Amino acid sequence: MVEKRCEDPVIRDLWHPVAAVPDVVDRGPIRTQLLGETLTVQSKEGGDICVTEEAVQGTGASVDGVSLTPTLPTLQKFGFVWTSLGSPPDSLFDIPEFQESDRWYENSGSFRVHTSAGRAVENFLDLAHFPFVHEGYLGERPYTEVKDYSVATKEGEIWANGCEFYQPIAAVSATEGQVTQYSYRLAHPFCPLLYKTSPLNRERFDVIGIFVQPMTEERACAHQFLCLLDESNDDATIKRFQAVIFGQDKPILENQVPKRLPLEPRAETPIRADKTSIQYRRWLYDLGISYGVVRGSSPEQISVT
Amino acid sequence: MIKLYDYELSVNCYKVRLLLNFLLVPHKLHSIDFFPGWEHKSEWFREINPLGHIPVIDDEGFLLRDSNAILIYLAAKYDQSCRWYPVHEPSRLGEVSQWMMFSEGTTNTASAARLHDSLGYEFDIEACREGAHKLFRVLDEHLWFQEQNGSSWLCSGDDPTLADLVIFPDVILSEEGGISRVGYPAIRRWADRFRHLPDFSLMAGVLPT
Repeated sequence: MVEKRCEDPVIRDLWHPVAAVPDVVDRGPIRTQLLGETLTVQSKEGGDICVTEEAVQGTGASVDGVSLTPTLPTLQKFGFVWTSLGSPPDSLFDIPEFQESDRWYENSGSFRVHTSAGRAVENFLDLAHFPFVHEGYLGERPYTEVKDYSVATKEGEIWANGCEFYQPIAAVSATEGQVTQYSYRLAHPFCPLLYKTSPLNRERFDVIGIFVQPMTEERACAHQFLCLLDESNDDATIKRFQAVIFGQDKPILENQVPKRLPLEPRAETPIRADKTSIQYRRWLYDLGISYGVVRGSSPEQISVT
Repeated sequence: MIKLYDYELSVNCYKVRLLLNFLLVPHKLHSIDFFPGWEHKSEWFREINPLGHIPVIDDEGFLLRDSNAILIYLAAKYDQSCRWYPVHEPSRLGEVSQWMMFSEGTTNTASAARLHDSLGYEFDIEACREGAHKLFRVLDEHLWFQEQNGSSWLCSGDDPTLADLVIFPDVILSEEGGISRVGYPAIRRWADRFRHLPDFSLMAGVLPT
């Protein structure tokens, strides 16, 4: 299927994750897609990683056998390679916990899903599905109530605070069920993070996120970001937990229709528990994003009949 | 106790977990960081399986690789009723073997498509999907005729066998590889019957009934 070129200037100018650094170094070059364009991500001598667009490969001249194919802007952060098809900002958001030395951090996998980036982000922000989709892990019937929480926009980010949920196994390090406190943070339109009570130290938070790469309008790749307080579990056990959660979400996500995220507030019927996603959809609308979404009419143009 | 070198999202590991649970055989799982760590290709794991594949079982020091081989061994050793692998019934044993061979095809097409779409494996996705549909048509027709003859399963007889067990995971997860089961009503009914068996176990991606 030929994808039409992405003309959305807002999304072209964003930084997007395209690969985990160890995947490129150990098993590169990696071919992937970003906004419908096929990219090659490969390491160069000296530890640099370059990203090129397949459509322009071979069109550049070469001097002494060295290709002059233009490379895309690249940066490495949080263990991932980021690039942009437009003019990206000077820097990417920060996660201060990533600098703390006592945290577990490993490449936990980049999982592809047949839906839009927006749908994948929204699923990550949703508490209400835990007891139904992740029963026995992140939730358990009959503990299905989502207590009220607050959502606010500050400094260009969305924060949802005061979220609480009963979880039988909140993380691999859990030994018993607990009421987990959550905060959600959207630091980038496709990078949701959550801060949740650590089963080991209730004063500190595990930070978990997905950095979602919009491959096409209806396909995405969720790069897993884990920054945990975990002293005893081995890498394979932690990654298995993540794979289980992802595997449970995947069929649910892929059955959502339409695959592009509707931004028009009445396209789907939200409930009180969906406050974060309502704010998220509005944010995408206000940013002017048109790729991978169904914009519909402006939220202000809706009149109550 | 039996140790299974395992990865949650692997269909071939799921086949072994299904049988261990049906037979109520105590076991422990050793999680391999298959993705993204490729631990099955690591030096230490190649000493267990030089092919670098999972699943592998370790039954008190007896190592066995390849899901079909493991299933035959487990059924022969732990299934006193000989229900899953009818070793004393030559014609049914032949049928079971035939469909276990067939499952190599469904794994290499339907489940390969799933690896492409979920984990980014570089396969010819269109060829995988086309190959899966060809096999699903054969399977659907066979199951329809079985139903007409009063049989619920792939092989003759009243009980499911390893034939059903090895093909089920490729079928139930096919939509993750973009292979719809809408056109295969007999397959859908069969998969539902299988999911309702006592001691049936789930894997992530298989929805509960």
